[in-house]
Amino acid sequence: MSRESLAQVFARARSEDRAALIGYMPAGFPSLEGSKEIIKALVDGGVDIVEVGFAYSDPVMDGAIIQEAAEIALRNRTGAKEVLDVVSSVSVPSLVMSYWNPIERYGVKEFTKALAEVGGVGVITPDLTIEESGEWIEETERNDLSRVYVVAPSTDDSRLVKVAERCSGFIYAASLMGVTGARNSLSDSASQLVSRLRKITDLPIAVGLGVSTWEQAASVAKFADGVIVGSAFIELVLQAADIEQACKSVASLARQLSDGVRKG
Amino acid sequence: MERTEIVGHFGPYGGRFVPEALIGALDELEAANNSASKDPEFQKELNHLHKTYTGRPSIITEAKRFAEHAGNARILLKREDLNHTGSHKINNVLGQALLTKRMGKKRIIAETGAGQHGVASATAAALLGLECVVYMGEEDTKRQALNVARMKLLGATVVPVTTGSRTLKDAINEAMRDWVTNVASTHYLLGTVAGPHPFPTMVRDFHRIIGIEARQQVLEMTGRLPDAVLACVGGGSNAIGIFHPFLDDQKVRLIGLEAGGSGVESGKHAATIVGGTPGVLHGTRSYLLQDSDGQTIESHSISAGLDYPGVGPEHAYLHDIGRAEYRAITDDQAMHAFSLFSKCEGIIPAIETAHALAGALQVGNELGSGTILLINLSGRGDKDVQTAAQYFGIPL
Repeated sequence: MSRESLAQVFARARSEDRAALIGYMPAGFPSLEGSKEIIKALVDGGVDIVEVGFAYSDPVMDGAIIQEAAEIALRNRTGAKEVLDVVSSVSVPSLVMSYWNPIERYGVKEFTKALAEVGGVGVITPDLTIEESGEWIEETERNDLSRVYVVAPSTDDSRLVKVAERCSGFIYAASLMGVTGARNSLSDSASQLVSRLRKITDLPIAVGLGVSTWEQAASVAKFADGVIVGSAFIELVLQAADIEQACKSVASLARQLSDGVRKG
Repeated sequence: MERTEIVGHFGPYGGRFVPEALIGALDELEAANNSASKDPEFQKELNHLHKTYTGRPSIITEAKRFAEHAGNARILLKREDLNHTGSHKINNVLGQALLTKRMGKKRIIAETGAGQHGVASATAAALLGLECVVYMGEEDTKRQALNVARMKLLGATVVPVTTGSRTLKDAINEAMRDWVTNVASTHYLLGTVAGPHPFPTMVRDFHRIIGIEARQQVLEMTGRLPDAVLACVGGGSNAIGIFHPFLDDQKVRLIGLEAGGSGVESGKHAATIVGGTPGVLHGTRSYLLQDSDGQTIESHSISAGLDYPGVGPEHAYLHDIGRAEYRAITDDQAMHAFSLFSKCEGIIPAIETAHALAGALQVGNELGSGTILLINLSGRGDKDVQTAAQYFGIPL
């Protein structure tokens, strides 16, 4: 099966005058096979790009919902092998989102090589700073993987330049100062951050943190190239009685959000 | 091997592994700390507080009866237990609280395990008029109910953390989540020499006063330097504070005593350097307890203050280059030393500190009479009376 590249997805979305919809789901949650089925449902519902989460014991960037999902995935003994297995099952471009230690423990060379072999297109690293990225840049280049760093409203312009220079695929712009999880309203810090980024980079910019509804997806899609949703999907899985119901409800939310990114 | 110091790194250890959202705050803190360390007014204010509030310089006590069990080596105790709030923690807390004001921030957050750092933080916040929120694992709030009450009496808010293992490591996670959210108004007053740069260097420098005073005091008392300096190591702040001014005295052995819990071979311990592997936790690269997937393993120790699966990056480096050595002391060895020391010297030590005293029994017997051991008596044991009573079967 041949998948599109990230660049092709963003180009197609742009030609359709919309933002790309990016969905996050941890591997191994609520079970290894369950996470594959749920991701398939996300894609069926209109998710363009998938972030496969690598559950970690100390997720400092995550709110209560993703922490709970991570604890379940860890109880299911989800490690690198399982994460790679889930990536290989995804039919659209998929990246791994991982805190740094599990990657370092697996081996930077080994992880990037293995991810490229199963067809992963990149990695999002929320706690890896550019200063600590020497080997990471070398090995992701060697394996043709996108490197996505997460920038925040507090990131100043001179640092945005340095981070953007080391990003590839897209830039992840955190919509607000805080951890992951749905918010009732989004402040204008996201649009301000995106407009600062536009001045310094041509890379696609995806906005995440706090987006959970059609309205929010539509409003973010007005100024961003990608809309990232995680906790809202996970909450539906946590509430569902079984995998079948979980798949139905995440597909339904994905369809709404997919409609939202077209109305922006 | 020569010591190298690239800013923020100790050989391959240290650095910054944090969300980009925190970089601005870390840069701001580094700049404030750099300018304060060169500002005579700041130093004067801190020294004044240490003299009139902390109770510095702390004295040296010779432990003559305890020494009879330690090969008759001379045992000199650096009495950080006599500081206000009962441990070395106040050295760092006052320094960072003054920096908080210097940065124009009005709120501090802190993590605590045993409660000592939380109490010290609440104390400094009260003294300097700052809002204080302390994150504490729910397990620890139960184990250390007395310290929770102390923090509340001092005006702090204590937030029990119910995620993960509900201990110190999770309290740090929760404090970091608060910091990411409230970074503009809030300083994270980290309690040990771990975390992202500049914390390991900054916290060390606030604790160096322990070793600077002790080195001078031992020279005056004995006319020479000690043969070995011993301290317990959890995150490692009291140890680095007393070790650091001796680093260039190559003949002085530096010995850190980690919490061996039920024994390193049992897997139930907190001896991060002795029984761990290099990795990244809480923003820094150092030794840690982790499984083959890089997930943090829960630590175990009778001492809540040493019950942490990481360790300061400078200790990792001093270990690798052979400048300091690290040993594990089991719960039973620590409690034996705790009891013996209390009865010999009339000083009830913190259980954390009892690990260093157990180390003194070993090292004293190895080196023998005529040698001098300097021990950092990092904290007093009032907070541990309940744990010790339980351990020794004393009805309460």
